[in-house]
Amino acid sequence: MENIIEYLKAERAQDWRAELRKSMKAKERTSRERVQMPEEDPFVRNKSKIEVNIGLTAEAAVLEAQRCLDCPDPTCITGCPVGINIPKFIKNIEAKNFAGAAVTLKETNALPAVCGRVCPQEKQCEIVCFYTIKLNKVPVAIGHLERFAADWERNSGKMAIPETEKANNVKVAVIGSGPAGLAAAGDLAKFGYDVTVFEALHEIGGVLKYGIPEFRLPNELVDTEIEVMRKMGIKFRVNFIVGKTASFDDLKKEGFQAFFVGSGAGLPRFMNIPGENYNGIFSSNEYLTRVNLMNAADPEFDTPVISGNKVAVIGGGNTAMDSVRMAKRLGADESMIIYRRSEVEMPARVEEVKHAKEEGIIFMNLHNPLEYYADENGRVKSMKIQKMELGEPDASGRRRPVPIEGSEFIVDVDTVVVSVGVSPNPLIPAALSDLKCTDWGTIVVDKETMQSSIPEIFAGGDIVRGGATVILAMGDGRTAAAGMHKYIQEKIKAN
Amino acid sequence: MSKILEKEFFSKNVVKIVLDAPEIARSRKPGHFVIIKMGEKGERIPLTIASADAEKGTVTLVIQKVGVTSDKLSRLEVGDEVTDVVGPLGKATHLENVGTVLCAGGGVGVAPLLPIVEGLKKAGNRVVTILAARTKDLIILEDQMREYSDEVIIMTDDGSYGTKGLVTAGMEEVINREKVNMSVVIGPAIMMKFAALTTKKYNIETVASLNTIMVDGTGMCGACRVSVGGKTKFVCVDGPEFDAHQVDFDEMLSRLSAYQDQESAAYQKYLQTVEA
Repeated sequence: MENIIEYLKAERAQDWRAELRKSMKAKERTSRERVQMPEEDPFVRNKSKIEVNIGLTAEAAVLEAQRCLDCPDPTCITGCPVGINIPKFIKNIEAKNFAGAAVTLKETNALPAVCGRVCPQEKQCEIVCFYTIKLNKVPVAIGHLERFAADWERNSGKMAIPETEKANNVKVAVIGSGPAGLAAAGDLAKFGYDVTVFEALHEIGGVLKYGIPEFRLPNELVDTEIEVMRKMGIKFRVNFIVGKTASFDDLKKEGFQAFFVGSGAGLPRFMNIPGENYNGIFSSNEYLTRVNLMNAADPEFDTPVISGNKVAVIGGGNTAMDSVRMAKRLGADESMIIYRRSEVEMPARVEEVKHAKEEGIIFMNLHNPLEYYADENGRVKSMKIQKMELGEPDASGRRRPVPIEGSEFIVDVDTVVVSVGVSPNPLIPAALSDLKCTDWGTIVVDKETMQSSIPEIFAGGDIVRGGATVILAMGDGRTAAAGMHKYIQEKIKAN
Repeated sequence: MSKILEKEFFSKNVVKIVLDAPEIARSRKPGHFVIIKMGEKGERIPLTIASADAEKGTVTLVIQKVGVTSDKLSRLEVGDEVTDVVGPLGKATHLENVGTVLCAGGGVGVAPLLPIVEGLKKAGNRVVTILAARTKDLIILEDQMREYSDEVIIMTDDGSYGTKGLVTAGMEEVINREKVNMSVVIGPAIMMKFAALTTKKYNIETVASLNTIMVDGTGMCGACRVSVGGKTKFVCVDGPEFDAHQVDFDEMLSRLSAYQDQESAAYQKYLQTVEA
């Protein structure tokens, strides 16, 4: 930690940074309004796949970068799960060295274009920005600037390939190619390892591909970041389920010295209420996978999807927002959220809720489904829902929803998407009987190193957390990569 | 990518293909299935494994043409490649010596039944196998089944081969004739439903292998969910085999038809393009 602080100080002391700080008065910086992210028209975007946020222009990015005070004690970094050197990349933008900004991001973040879009910055770096904590002003738009730098680099056609240590010819495996796996793979490659990423699906990217929709994160952009990782020497194997296609022992025989498990929280939860298995009722995973990964809405593709005129999405998280906004895009007249608490308790990002409202999404907060009814063909036609009120706070600290007796009523729906959370994917724990897991099925790890009860196996992301964010998964991937590096180097020294 | 090494039509609509898939061939056990996808725009469909050869690194699948993907697959020739093949998936069959096992396969359900029959025989059971189909042409893998069964009974709906009658009639005959300790039924959902009702009358423990709609096949989507004993289970990770007496086959039949209209429209459109 000492080293990092020293390093940040040395970076800040560089002449160009010192000159930039002097080039404008602090008062001038702090008196400026925060930049607004330009957005597509809500009634144009809710009928297409186009990205909602358009991105900042170079001029707007430089103006916003000037707001950053380049603090001697950059608290923002403490809010970043992957520890991006935030002032350095922002000052590079101010200096119009956009390529330098992108390189800075990639020092610690394998997927800046992704994080710039889907990270909840308002709860991470921006909430601990000097503006927020000391000036009581809106924070520097760190997320928008991150996206700007990453996009600028991609559009320039000259993607910098992060430097890697000399190849050490030690084979390591990364299981799962979602955000946790990709972050781990990126760091392991930088340390010089021979990294192979194993993916169960036919495409690389995990939740970034099957889960998060195009209008929030275009798949093409994920592919570009993965291409950079290939150039770093990382190998990818699709259609390969570790524990099924080959066992851990098989892979050890092939020379793999350590494993990072980032297999995700791939088991959707249902509510187990009557009628939940009628046709037209999906998990959000299925609904989004059909459309995002399998392109079901495109008639050229073979995968079908049902999406009706009256769609109810159950839940209040980001995945629920993605599903309900997707339903609108697939042509629903009415696309509504049914959430058992109030908007204040919603786990979804404020921006997503705002975008959803702009697009004409109906919010039935403080409502909970009780039962589904089907037509003669077994297709859902209506649902019984109950009104709720908020009681005392529960274990999560949020006020507990309490049913209002006698408040039940029937709503007509023809499609329902259940988005009430996910459980850890059972495949890896099932393949390793010695692996210590919680009662919930998540893998138990040492938080400092992400090492599991089996020394050569490390884990992170949703398979450890049970359901979190892209950036927390990436943070785990980085921590695990460092843990694996230490483990392998100690093992080599001991022999 | 998996190359097709052999191909044989059992009948007009049923084809056997042997795929080069060394890792799956080594790891698979009776009861397992794979997911395949044809081309960049293809859908993912589950197919049960009929047999595999670990040394040659091959996996054998038996496919009935029912829609776009199975039809496309049936049109591939030796040397062509299947874009995506992943597996083996699902839980393997629990194989032990229980005494006498009555195995009943309907249509292409006979293919996944074959490795189970083999496994049950090798575990020391007496195995009586019933192969059932609408008509003689659709009876498949008879010789292979005879190799591992103590007795094979053929049932056809039209009486063109073996005994005329439904699979359940053959099952009742065996049950009335000798002590049956367990039954395994694999075939169309409607066949499994009635086979399960038959064995339930006699209180014979029965396993059914379910072939539902799937997308990922790894527990991620829940498209394959079925009610077993009143609880929702995922066929891909909890199955594919379940206690047949607990499965809600009516729900399963309804769920299988979820995309019927879209599927048949897509198939008609596809047939026009390939025949044009």
